[in-house]
Amino acid sequence: MKIGAPKESASGEARVAMTPASAKDLQKLGYECMIQKGAGEAAGFNDAAYKAAGVKVVSGAALWKDADIVAKVRPPTDAETKKLTDAKTLISFIYPGANAKLLENAKGQGASVIAMDMVPRISRAQKMDALSSMANIAGYRAVIEAGNNFGRFFTGQVTAAGKVPPAKVLVVGAGVAGLAAIGTSTSLGAITLAFDVRPEVAEQIESMGAEFVYLDFEEEAQDGAATGGYAAVSSPEFAAAQLKKFRELAPEVDIVITTALIPNRDAPILWTKDMVEMMKPGSVIVDLAAERGGNCELTVKDEKIVTKNDVTIVGYTDFPSRMAAQSSLLYSNNIRHMMTDLTPEKDGQVVHNMEDDVIRGATVTKGGEITWPPPPPKTQAIAAQPKKDKPKELTAEEKRAKEAAEFKAATKQQVTLLAAGGALMLLIGAFAPASFMQHFVVFALACFVGFQVIWGVAHSLHTPLMAITNAISGIVVVGALLQVGSGNIIVVLLAGISVLIASINIFGGFLVTRRMLAMFQKS
Amino acid sequence: MLSNGLVSAAYIAASVLFILALGGLRNQESAKRAIWYGIVGMGVAMVATILSPGVGNLWLIILTVGAGAAAGVYVAKRVQMTEMPQLVAALHSFVGLAAVFIGLNADIMLTAVSEIKAAGTALSDADLTAFGEKLWKKDSVEIAILKVEVFLGIFIGAITFTGSIVAFGKLAGKVDGKPKKLVLPSEENPIPFISGHYLNAAALALCLILGLAYFMGAGIWTMVLVTIIAGFIGWHLIMGIGGADMPVVVSMLNSYSGWAAAAIGFTLGNDLLIVTGALVGSSGAILSYIMCKAMNRNFVSVILGGFGGEAGPQMAVEGEQIAIDADGVASALNDADSIIIIPGYGMAVAQAQQSVSELTRKLRAQGKTVRFAIHPVAGRLPGHMNVLLAEARVPYDIVLEMDEINDDFPETDVAIVIGSNDIVNPAAQDDPNSPIAGMPVLECWKAKQVFVSKRGQGTGYSGIENPLFFKENTRMFYGDAKASLDALLPKID
Repeated sequence: MKIGAPKESASGEARVAMTPASAKDLQKLGYECMIQKGAGEAAGFNDAAYKAAGVKVVSGAALWKDADIVAKVRPPTDAETKKLTDAKTLISFIYPGANAKLLENAKGQGASVIAMDMVPRISRAQKMDALSSMANIAGYRAVIEAGNNFGRFFTGQVTAAGKVPPAKVLVVGAGVAGLAAIGTSTSLGAITLAFDVRPEVAEQIESMGAEFVYLDFEEEAQDGAATGGYAAVSSPEFAAAQLKKFRELAPEVDIVITTALIPNRDAPILWTKDMVEMMKPGSVIVDLAAERGGNCELTVKDEKIVTKNDVTIVGYTDFPSRMAAQSSLLYSNNIRHMMTDLTPEKDGQVVHNMEDDVIRGATVTKGGEITWPPPPPKTQAIAAQPKKDKPKELTAEEKRAKEAAEFKAATKQQVTLLAAGGALMLLIGAFAPASFMQHFVVFALACFVGFQVIWGVAHSLHTPLMAITNAISGIVVVGALLQVGSGNIIVVLLAGISVLIASINIFGGFLVTRRMLAMFQKS
Repeated sequence: MLSNGLVSAAYIAASVLFILALGGLRNQESAKRAIWYGIVGMGVAMVATILSPGVGNLWLIILTVGAGAAAGVYVAKRVQMTEMPQLVAALHSFVGLAAVFIGLNADIMLTAVSEIKAAGTALSDADLTAFGEKLWKKDSVEIAILKVEVFLGIFIGAITFTGSIVAFGKLAGKVDGKPKKLVLPSEENPIPFISGHYLNAAALALCLILGLAYFMGAGIWTMVLVTIIAGFIGWHLIMGIGGADMPVVVSMLNSYSGWAAAAIGFTLGNDLLIVTGALVGSSGAILSYIMCKAMNRNFVSVILGGFGGEAGPQMAVEGEQIAIDADGVASALNDADSIIIIPGYGMAVAQAQQSVSELTRKLRAQGKTVRFAIHPVAGRLPGHMNVLLAEARVPYDIVLEMDEINDDFPETDVAIVIGSNDIVNPAAQDDPNSPIAGMPVLECWKAKQVFVSKRGQGTGYSGIENPLFFKENTRMFYGDAKASLDALLPKID
């Protein structure tokens, strides 16, 4: 089959859905590749490079006519949609939620349409997750764009000409774009703060070298896993706490990069007008959510504005396109991976397997039917976080009941032990003479005291404990001493040896313990 | 001469002082005072006993105590801290032997006293020691009980004696540390009922029969035989236990030496011996319990030797061990902020504690957080690592127990494992079929980077492959621990 990439018709769009490199890989899958004349020009890939990679360079009309599979970046225009027939497959960003008319048209044409923005977020599909690859570029570019509009260094320096403080960057929303921005900003040397409504990303943020901004707010934490890794809408109280925190930060930060998006909703307003006014002159705000209305109240879509207090607000929506070479390379790879999944036999024939979670999820129209929105994928995108047990959340009554039960169990155990011990004592007492019982009482009490005392000994002092008990067990010397006065020579001899070796024990044991204890010292 | 009342008062004082001495080991500071309680208590007990009525042969006492003291002081001054386990084991054997002798003596004196009594001599004419007098006054039931006590004292004493000698040999490296059991008549052709555990059981039964015979009135020969057979049990039992289980063995022998002293105390009717024996006995028992718990092993299975039956095939370990040189370790350490060092028996063997201490000092001087994680069974004696590190002047407040530090590994940049193996084996958590499954281990693999200082690629004492060595964030720093660390030291700046 033939796969072709047309020149993007949207004005200012520099990306292209096929690069010479991806074309080579597509050919390995058995496809014939074609490209519209000049399609890669803006991204830095000229026709000669495509030709060298074995791609047929054709006119736009020929491409739409001949190609069985059309790979694009932006959603097709009405005119382009009309060129799709029932045998054709279109792979592109579609945004089906916002483009109902496009879906209707494609359905009418009977074409299969695969939306790259609908690829489910599961591990297996990461290689074709174009949203992530583009967000990564956007995040990087946002920092570069901010730096371009920011009059100072990112990193702090002490130079002969004077001291330069480091720039303070706040990244709001730690999705793919946010994390990329954090990484870029920290590697440029700025002090980077980051915020996200999902507390579980704090670890990722800190791993990138930024400081997570904690809110002083108690709420059932949002679990990103439930929403496929995306943020959900937060409660009004939470939003208020969040804005309060931002207000505190606004006078301090030099650069704000906002990336907060909630799927299928307008971007939440997180950086209000008064915050902008609080910022220092020369500060920069880059709003990556401008496409959806922007996180900053003053953002103007697709424009860069400068406020009265000299704060620059960048509202561009075409960050990936501004790095067309890089984004085309990544996007064309995403497409290529999608084709790999669509071509299980590597024979150049598309097998549109609607049982496959990834392909099913991304397909929005097929065979004259709209197949969007897809059913939930069979595999859960991200393992749900186990709910952490909070014992303190027991009610007072439950707590009391639990304590009572524990107390009861402990009492029961102790009473049982005491009863058993008592019975044993009685048994011995019934048969043994009084003189023995006297000693036995002492023995039992000593064992008891011993157990009580030894539990308190520090673990680190176990070796000295052994040495000192060793010395103390030299007390058998007393027994030998009592016998050594006997008239029997064997008794005297044995007792003498016992005194000798027990003395070694006593003196050696105590001395060595002392030596050890003297070594322990505080820092 | 002191009156009996004064002697008893002195004994009470000594008992209290001993309890204070053990209780004072609660922390490092009070321990320094506690040792003096112990010494004073022992002094009071000995002086009171020597001055008590009916104690003779003073010159012999002075001579033997003097000789024993000289030997004890000599040994205590000379012993290296790494040799602590074997010293403790050796000292246990003395207590065991003394208990055996005292038990035998008690029987000899009992026979002698009975003979005098039978001859019709009056108590005042018999010229007996204090102990002899006590024996004189015993009725038949009391004598029967005395015989049981003598039997117990000798039996436990003999096991302690030979067991401690074997433990000493194993710890000192004079006896092969691998578990060994007598298999009769030969390895290839064992007859189940006269080899291994059965041999112990048979010997135990024989001892009980001899004990019964003694109880019925047979002569002292039964007790001599019990001494020999119990000695065999002690030897055979400890021979069957591997080197890694030695902490449990030494604590167990510690406990036995206490019980032997207590049994002797009963024989002699001496409360001080009973109290002290019980204190030592319970101390050893608790230590054994703590050690067993730390290894997630059953006390009985440790004592019977070898690891329990294997439940199934162990998980295969994938990957390879990647070596690293001193430069690599040094640069990682120079970049790290928080470091945890996990010492094990290998550090003691290589005498590397001074180098470890020096490394710690250098790293701390750079403002890095350096801490030590001590597994309860690291080394061959409870608390062994603490003592070695203290000797090398590592401050004790950065030496932490497993439970205190295990949660901190994920925030740690570098974990250095020096000569430990099983106590850092992730298989204990991951592999239900591993022989050490369920044993609490130090989760050092959660640190960002792990360096393992190890002699070579061999397995640990338990012979278990350690998946830690194959982990992605683990690098093997081969070589003798001391030599490796000394190579590392100049590169830390």
